Amino acid sequence: MTNEPSPEALLPLPPVTFHILVALADGDRHGYAIIQDVAARTDGELKIQAGTLYRSIQRMLEQGLVAEKRTRPAIGEDDERRRYYRITAFGRAVAQAEARRLTQMVKLARACGLVPGKA
Amino acid sequence: MRPSWPFRALLRLYPASFRREYGDELWRVFVARRADGGGAALWLSTIADTMYNAARVHADILRQDLRYAVRMLRRAPGFTATVMLVAALGIGANAAAFSLTDYVLLRPLPFADAGRLVVLWQSQASQPTLRHEVSAANWRDWKSATTSFDGMAAAWTVSANLVGQGEPERLDGTAVSADLLPLLGVQPARGRTFTADDDRAGAPGTVLLSWSLWQSAFAGDESVLGHKVTLDGEPYVVIGVMPPSFAYPSRESQFWRPLRLDNDAFQDRTDFRLRVVAKLKRGVSLARARAELDVVSENLERAHPKENEGVRVLARFMRDEVSQQSRLLVLALLGAAACVLLIACLNLANLLLARALVRRRELALRAALGAGPERLVRQMVTESLLLALGGGVLGVLLAMAALPALTRLVPAELPIAATPEMDLRVLGVAALVTVLAALAFGVVPALRACRNLDAEGLREGARAGIGSRRARLVRAVVVVEICASLVLLVSSGLLLRTLSRLQARDPGFRAAGVMTMRTWLPWPKYERTADRAQFYDRVLGRARALPGVSSAAYISFLPMAFGGGIWPVELPGRVPAKGEQQTVSMRFVTPQLFATLGIPLGAGRDVGEGDGDAQPKVAVVSESFAQKYWPGQSALGKRFKVAFADREVVGVVGDIRVRGLERTSEPQVYLPYKQVPDGWLMFYPPKDLVVRASVDPLSLVPALREVIREIDPEQPISNVRPLADIVDAQMAPRRVQLHVIGTFALLAFALAAIGIYGLLSFAVSNRAQEIGVRMALGATPRSIVGLVLKEGLVLAAVGAVVGLGGAYAAGQGLRALLVGVAATDAATFAAALALVLAMAIVGAALPAWRASRVDPATVIRSD
Repeated sequence: MTNEPSPEALLPLPPVTFHILVALADGDRHGYAIIQDVAARTDGELKIQAGTLYRSIQRMLEQGLVAEKRTRPAIGEDDERRRYYRITAFGRAVAQAEARRLTQMVKLARACGLVPGKA
Repeated sequence: MRPSWPFRALLRLYPASFRREYGDELWRVFVARRADGGGAALWLSTIADTMYNAARVHADILRQDLRYAVRMLRRAPGFTATVMLVAALGIGANAAAFSLTDYVLLRPLPFADAGRLVVLWQSQASQPTLRHEVSAANWRDWKSATTSFDGMAAAWTVSANLVGQGEPERLDGTAVSADLLPLLGVQPARGRTFTADDDRAGAPGTVLLSWSLWQSAFAGDESVLGHKVTLDGEPYVVIGVMPPSFAYPSRESQFWRPLRLDNDAFQDRTDFRLRVVAKLKRGVSLARARAELDVVSENLERAHPKENEGVRVLARFMRDEVSQQSRLLVLALLGAAACVLLIACLNLANLLLARALVRRRELALRAALGAGPERLVRQMVTESLLLALGGGVLGVLLAMAALPALTRLVPAELPIAATPEMDLRVLGVAALVTVLAALAFGVVPALRACRNLDAEGLREGARAGIGSRRARLVRAVVVVEICASLVLLVSSGLLLRTLSRLQARDPGFRAAGVMTMRTWLPWPKYERTADRAQFYDRVLGRARALPGVSSAAYISFLPMAFGGGIWPVELPGRVPAKGEQQTVSMRFVTPQLFATLGIPLGAGRDVGEGDGDAQPKVAVVSESFAQKYWPGQSALGKRFKVAFADREVVGVVGDIRVRGLERTSEPQVYLPYKQVPDGWLMFYPPKDLVVRASVDPLSLVPALREVIREIDPEQPISNVRPLADIVDAQMAPRRVQLHVIGTFALLAFALAAIGIYGLLSFAVSNRAQEIGVRMALGATPRSIVGLVLKEGLVLAAVGAVVGLGGAYAAGQGLRALLVGVAATDAATFAAALALVLAMAIVGAALPAWRASRVDPATVIRSD
């Protein structure tokens, strides 16, 4: 891995990447749990496909946004061969930066009346 | 729980590394989804998801590998440049050879339904391969009596003086029947083509221009349609311009005009002048058409037993009008190019293998970091694909640059333009060759290098993997290289010997110092023989007076420039044997022709000014003619009949090779220029001026042009060239082919020498220790040199023995191209073998020298 890049260097994030980071921000999850979590948060709007998920995860691992969890979750909670992923500090920083960027965009849109609400 | 087999099959779309990492996870997600419900729809979405994402993962890896490969290659610019250059030579040679082959032999001719076009010739029942042009009457009768064809059109080659458009010009053109262009399905680029009304006897003259004539004489002027031009004194209106790709019947044709045959033209069935093209009806086979033509021609023979005696029809697909020789010229080139590619790939494989072994430490490191062997192989193959791609692009550029040089190999008998084009087909083949080459020289080294990486790679680094197996592989490669270069050396040697044999042949005349130019006197202006004689006399009188000129004359056609003009002769009391051709090559000439061309006068006299139309008809014949008909006697005073008159032999001259150095020529008969019958034999009056000079022949051109302009300012001059050029030109296709194949042979030779050198240097550096021990034990440097040289020679010997078989086969394949040289010519084979031996010695010399300089103390201590 190269020396620490700044979180902004990865912006804008692909939507799927952002959703995965958001899903992992709450707690560590395995693949299918991520898919379900994203679907729940978006009211079923976004159903990430398995291939897309793992392709994204592979890249996020390389970028250092997430890490594979070595320790198992609470005993009996799940199948122990499953791979669990957790968000890294860097991943959290990137997600925050992306959220800031998006907020900024919404503010801009509001300022010219594209979005209903207070200016 | 293992994934079900359909799912496993689907997973195979992913790269192995991704599959290993996430395959089970993907299966678990699938199982969970299935539990949530979703049958066929789940499968469908999974398939779509897998295909999309697998492609993306592959693309990601490719991008990574390419980035890595570019970095690696930039770090080794010398290696990269060498590989690309060698690949470019192999790919370029094949791209050029293929585009020529495709153009000449494979692709359909540029006409509508070209696959149904056939060419019809008159042949003889006794000689079915004879190809004569067709008489107008026979054409008409074939056309009306057959049902196999959609149409049967005719054309004949004409030539005319174009006046009134800048400098007067002599142009070759074609008179065509009105249905010819529609039959070929060709549209004009401007204007219209001929209608039946244009093609009636007595119709006003209409003419179509070739694209190049339109450009050169009319500067591409769009208002050319309706423009009036004068061809041989007759008025014509330009009605259209043909596209640049149109070249019927050959690329020589500059204009087309209607045939406009009158009734007289159909009277004489022995006036063979038309080229006939027909289009088979859909679904009718050539065999069926031939059967029908046989019946038709037998019926015609019964109706006209005298004129049509034994006359049959030779029908062939237009595509097949390529002579065996032209075909072989092109195919030999393709074979040679394939040899070069083979050798190039073998050398590159060796080079990459050596480099891969040097890189084992790096590879082992990546393997230790978790890259699977298939991932490393993939990386290396990507690298070689990148190298081949660079070579391919470079190769295509080389081929494009080389193509114009190959135009001499495009046979003139095909109705196609002279220069093949690089099109998508050729580029596609080049791309295919590139990929195949990359796989050929990339995969084996990659597999070799990535084997057993974890076991020894890190520990032994660069020294690892130098085993006897690799040496065996490299030895085999070098042996194949030697084989291929021997085949090419023998092939080019045989062609070289043929060329030198042909060039050593005596043409029968002396071309050096002779300048030639053509003044084709137009009719009706020069219809009368006396008018022409006056023109010749004035031109020759002035020409002979020019400083440096020793003699000058006129002749109907220059030797070698035109092989036709063949006439039957009759001798009193002599009946030709069955199948015997009693023919001669007939020319009308002015006095001094023999002196000017350096043809020796054996007996009797030259034709003279005094041999006029009112005087007795005379002839000068060549020695072979005299020997054939009056063996052992003097021919002088003997009589025979040719060109509608009885003639007395007044002189005998040496034979010349009218048909060129390769072919046998008919005996020659020369008739006096004043004895051409008035208004007859329009094709035969003398038109080629020959001038022998003691100065550079080309320096005479301005003065000669001036002489002709003063005598007739409207008279065009064409075909201005030294006679030596004409002699040279007929050897040009051979010379081009020899140059190309010779270049290929040299390349192959150099590559094979480099191969031997590479192998032995590697072996020497590998065995430095063994050599050191030997020297410590008392071996002299001399014996070490011998040891290494021996290894090179053994390789050469094995390669030579195997290669001899290939060379023998190549020689047999080239037989039709060889003249005066046996396909198993011992001298050629010996020379090629000697070269291979020399190559082995040269390739082994430097490694041997290096081996002899090994310092035993250093190498033994270093371990």
